Amino acid sequence: MSFRVVHYINQFFAQIGGEEMAHVAPEKREGPVGPGAALNTAWKGEAEVVTTIICGDSYFAEHEKDAKEQILAWVKELNPDLFIAGPAFNAGRYGYACANICKAVQDELGIKVLTGMYEENPGADLKEKVLMVATTNSAAGMRKAAPTMAALALKLMKGEELGASCEDGYMPNGVRRNFFEKERGSTRAVKMLLNKLAGKPFTTEYPMPSFDRVPPNPAVKDLSKATIALCTSGGIVPKGNPDHIESSSASHYGEYDITGVMDLTSDKYETAHGGYDPVYANEDPDRVLPVDVMRDLEKEGKIGKLHNLFYTTVGNGTAVASAKKFAAEYAQKLLSAGVDAVIMTST
Amino acid sequence: MKLEMGYINIHDIQFSNESKVENGVLYVDQDAVKKLVLEDENIKSVTLDIAHPGESVRITPVKDVIEPRVKVEGPGGIFPGVIAKVDTVGSGKTYALKGMAVVTAGKIVGFQEGIIDMSGPGADYTPFSKLHNLVMVCEPVEGLAQHDYERAVRFAGFKVAVYLGELARNLTPDETKVFETYGVKEGIEKFPNLPRVAYVHMLQSQGLLHDTYVYGVDAKRTLTTILNPTEVMDGAIVSGNCVSACDKNTTYHHLNNPVVHDLFEQHGKTLNYVCNIITNENVYLADKQRSSDWSAKLCRLLDLDGVIVSQEGFGNPDTDLIMNTKKIEAVGVKTTIITDEYAGQDGKSQSLADADPAADAVVTGGNANMVIHLPKMDKVIGMLDYVDVIAGGHEGSLKEDGTIEAELQVITGATNEMGFNKLSAR
Repeated sequence: MSFRVVHYINQFFAQIGGEEMAHVAPEKREGPVGPGAALNTAWKGEAEVVTTIICGDSYFAEHEKDAKEQILAWVKELNPDLFIAGPAFNAGRYGYACANICKAVQDELGIKVLTGMYEENPGADLKEKVLMVATTNSAAGMRKAAPTMAALALKLMKGEELGASCEDGYMPNGVRRNFFEKERGSTRAVKMLLNKLAGKPFTTEYPMPSFDRVPPNPAVKDLSKATIALCTSGGIVPKGNPDHIESSSASHYGEYDITGVMDLTSDKYETAHGGYDPVYANEDPDRVLPVDVMRDLEKEGKIGKLHNLFYTTVGNGTAVASAKKFAAEYAQKLLSAGVDAVIMTST
Repeated sequence: MKLEMGYINIHDIQFSNESKVENGVLYVDQDAVKKLVLEDENIKSVTLDIAHPGESVRITPVKDVIEPRVKVEGPGGIFPGVIAKVDTVGSGKTYALKGMAVVTAGKIVGFQEGIIDMSGPGADYTPFSKLHNLVMVCEPVEGLAQHDYERAVRFAGFKVAVYLGELARNLTPDETKVFETYGVKEGIEKFPNLPRVAYVHMLQSQGLLHDTYVYGVDAKRTLTTILNPTEVMDGAIVSGNCVSACDKNTTYHHLNNPVVHDLFEQHGKTLNYVCNIITNENVYLADKQRSSDWSAKLCRLLDLDGVIVSQEGFGNPDTDLIMNTKKIEAVGVKTTIITDEYAGQDGKSQSLADADPAADAVVTGGNANMVIHLPKMDKVIGMLDYVDVIAGGHEGSLKEDGTIEAELQVITGATNEMGFNKLSAR
């Protein structure tokens, strides 16, 4: 038995007509229409287009809600193994329709989806939400796009793990995947540099993200009335690491009570951090989480008081996204506990 | 400076009552090696073992990997300022035992050492699974502090590598290669039309057992400076590192630096390989500023057109990488950088701890947070006690059936940032 696929295309690829026919409402036809034939050929019987849904690009843009409702109803009833749309190449409204109908089918029906378009098509804005094959900017690229989409579609239907974006031909979707290149990294670096020096095109393997820089808050006006908390990514935990915070790539943080603790001593505290020589931190954990000094400042009246809880994790190889999640959570706890300022120590 | 490298291919290692190299087989006198290691009173005992490619063997916790070499002609000796006197190396003639390595192991810090699997899926990620390895598991005397233990094992590895390298002194190499770079003016005259390229080599120097040594000097106490590329082939730079195993540069990596070799491949053809610029990765902001300022200053002073920048480690050193890149690009010198990624187990996080649009040409050694499953091996050299707490492991990483589930981080050399491997990510 082969996998069943529903294919979405526009009026142009259904040979209904060009711009003048872009107003046509959704219709469905049995079997492949237009590019669906190329998909069927590539699948060699392992999968086939059972139904083609055709919708005019203007109709979709102007009646998006109605179009989606009708198409979702059909797809739900057909319950295919995959919903595939396009490829749309550089046709803007067609790309928009492909991306958005795929997203709706995926989110609302839980059916696997795939589309394809040129990377600068406005529809490609959804590339991190919907899996998209990168195509050329004109329909002349169909010969190349169809087999790539067909192969990726088959992988999805079989439940196989995806390869890296450059291997499987989809647009980078924000999920980094490892794979083996043909040449070692240093050779690739030399080639990339030579291209850069010669003013030839080159493709970076890791496009720089826009970096999230946080402006510091204004200074605390009166420290003598402030409640200050200690937080650390240096891994200070009660001896024995009761919550098993990982030595690297931490999956969670710890919250520990230091009510009445005047000094962190080596018999009661240690570091869980795997990124540095722990001898000095274990000898005197105050070196990383300075409870002793804070208690002095408290006694001297220089600060109001030291918060009775400290928050700790291991910064070593911990993903930025995880760190952000931990902090967002315990920052709320600090806020609701009336903490005015935090001293964050690293290692 | 001109160096002739002679390669002697080793296709087997055997224990014997006499140390020698004969017909591509390295024979090792265990007693002689042990005696050498135990000269250091900080080492209580040493166990030697041999691991061959394809065997069902797991080596852990791995500290360093070293290729034996011997200086046959020219000034100085292997590991200047460490084992040999401090003379400038990198010229004359050097022989290397290829296809093998000395692997030092021991639970120094526990979580900062790695795993080498000689077969199975783990073997695909480490270059050292393809070598015949002489493994030395060194036990410290009681009460020895970790940094003293580290130093003892570091020196033990170098001493044994030099001892084995010495066995090749009078042999005829299977293959010979000549590497030569020129003085600034000489190079311009020789290759007037080729772009001037250097290698900015960042050295791990965060301290607390994250250390690299240059001619015996602790790199965190160095200023950014220049090396002839051939100096590293004689062991001018050695590892003293206990950091996450996947992206630490072992001494083997320094000796066989792939950027150096690939730049030499193009030297005189598509580019003029001028020199290496070594710069550290200290933790203090003032040090970071000074070192990256000096990298850019030297790039400009040498009138370079482009550089390749390689990193070691992750997180804190990401800032050094970005500072170097930004400042070097700002003086008009084009950069390509080599790094690796910590994008989370799901691959969805930002990969580096710092970023800048100037870093527009990046080569990646892959996502070190990727989860891997390693089957049980018939034999373990070293000990498995530390698998759960090793950087990249977690509570329960070591399963009852002997299999391991952990992040790629645990594998020695897996995401190397000199570009030693083919692993990458998109």
